[in-house]
Amino acid sequence: MPLRRAALPAVPVRRALGVVLLHLALIAAALVVVFPVYYAATVSTHTFQEVFSYPPRLAPGDALWANYVAAWRKVGMGRLLLNSTGISLAVSLGKIVLSVLAAFAFTYFRDFRAKGLFFMLILITHMLPLPVRIVPTYQLMERLGWINTYAALTVPFFASATGTLLFRQFFLTIPPSLSEAARIDGAGPLRFLGQILLPLSWNNLAALFMVEFVYMWNQYLWPLIVTTSNDMRVVQIGIKMLVATDAQAEWNVIMAGVMMAMLPPLVVLLILQRSFVRSISLGQEK
Amino acid sequence: MEGRYPDRVLPYVLVAPSVIIVLLFLLIPSGEALWQSLSRINPFSGQATFLGIRNFVVLLASEEYRHSAGVSVVFTAATVVLSLSTALAMALLANQRLHGIGIYRVALIWPYALSPAVAGTIWALLFEPSTGVVTYLLRETVGVAPNWMMSGRLALLVVVVAAAWKLLGYNVVFFLAGLQAVPEELTEAAAVDGAPPWRRFWAVTFPLLSPVTFFLLITNSLYAFFEVFGLIDVLTQGGPARATDVLVYKLYRDGFVSINWGLASAQSVLLFVLVAALTIFQFRYAGRRVFYS
Repeated sequence: MPLRRAALPAVPVRRALGVVLLHLALIAAALVVVFPVYYAATVSTHTFQEVFSYPPRLAPGDALWANYVAAWRKVGMGRLLLNSTGISLAVSLGKIVLSVLAAFAFTYFRDFRAKGLFFMLILITHMLPLPVRIVPTYQLMERLGWINTYAALTVPFFASATGTLLFRQFFLTIPPSLSEAARIDGAGPLRFLGQILLPLSWNNLAALFMVEFVYMWNQYLWPLIVTTSNDMRVVQIGIKMLVATDAQAEWNVIMAGVMMAMLPPLVVLLILQRSFVRSISLGQEK
Repeated sequence: MEGRYPDRVLPYVLVAPSVIIVLLFLLIPSGEALWQSLSRINPFSGQATFLGIRNFVVLLASEEYRHSAGVSVVFTAATVVLSLSTALAMALLANQRLHGIGIYRVALIWPYALSPAVAGTIWALLFEPSTGVVTYLLRETVGVAPNWMMSGRLALLVVVVAAAWKLLGYNVVFFLAGLQAVPEELTEAAAVDGAPPWRRFWAVTFPLLSPVTFFLLITNSLYAFFEVFGLIDVLTQGGPARATDVLVYKLYRDGFVSINWGLASAQSVLLFVLVAALTIFQFRYAGRRVFYS
């Protein structure tokens, strides 16, 4: 067990050794996380023969372009990526707008009688994941004629208990003198929200966007049951389509598809990870 | 109260969109699921016949359902224990003061963005029976070449490893946040008293982390019960011989392959009881009490 902050500074040699060991342990930990994806990325550059070479090849091959084109053509990856991007953007933005508005209503109004009831109503969604209501929700989509539509893939997701809680929590930390001052200056509630509160919430907005984008991008069960046409499928189902096409799995092509399905949310995470990490440490302090 | 607006109608307008979505797509369908669980529904006419608790009796008496419940419990317990213990060890390492620690932290966090389907496919490749890296290593070191597509236990193991691995990023983020909230004076005081690192961890750090650990225990369990569908569907479809047929997968098969909506809704209701129990448990014991008990 490496020493942390409280390490005794007594023996420099021991300390240097500790630092080296610590780096080695961290590299080992990082490998557990990184290696499987590295290997998958490598396979996505191999030819079909190379995939089945023994021992397994760990160096990249030359078939990157061929595999990605094959995966792209086989399941219509362009359309799938477009669908996933569209619904993930729509749902994360929709969730942000709705939860900011709700949280604002819960924190900044004196005479909001039904506050408690509505707050409970939104919180209770935590207890109602899709499998708990899957058949009636699907039937509702049928009745609305929403099967194979973007509406089915987005609208039912728009409410967010997580977002409402996050923003309510954040708004409660903002000194009331701020809205008092805005009010004296003649700013109505919506102007206060748009011009003062939102710019202050940047960190939380970014964090929630990241979390919801990843959440929506990775949805599988709901898109599987409410879409039947290939035009309306999402990338997660595309992976299944690639895996299921042949008796002998073409791992190089499958992994090319996996890489394409994996990259967009990863890019969003890497860009916004600071906000994400910060919003979690803030959430812990309350 | 100071700083609040007097508008009476506006707050209702502001919560209306959220409330309408919740009612229409979450709350009312959940109520309908309860009603349908007591009925037999003709999928073509939509005609419902009232059955009372017959669906529940059928379900609980069926060997298949009890088997799925067992698989779910084993899968969840194994995934949560494996992922939380690994993530805690990783977070302890990543909480050190060290040059370049930021890069290590990002390296440990990013699987958060991967989907269960992606994680599952990657681990299926690693365990590929003829050329996967894990298979290769096992063959060269222990002399066995396991084929998870043929062995139920092994298939379950592959699914557990993939799910636990995928959860690492999320868990490391929360453990790190928890570790950073541990006051340095406490661990330093313990060090001055001569407590060795392991004792400092178990006596000081770990108890202070218990609220985070408890929170993760609940969220990970919910994830393992409800969000693994994609992983199972891409990898095993519940097989071989139903060895990975978790409750959500069985619910899908009954509801959307066999189109037995009454039976599927009865399973939904039982799953709701499970979520409700976990959530209430979380609210009752969350926060400080965990630490003090």
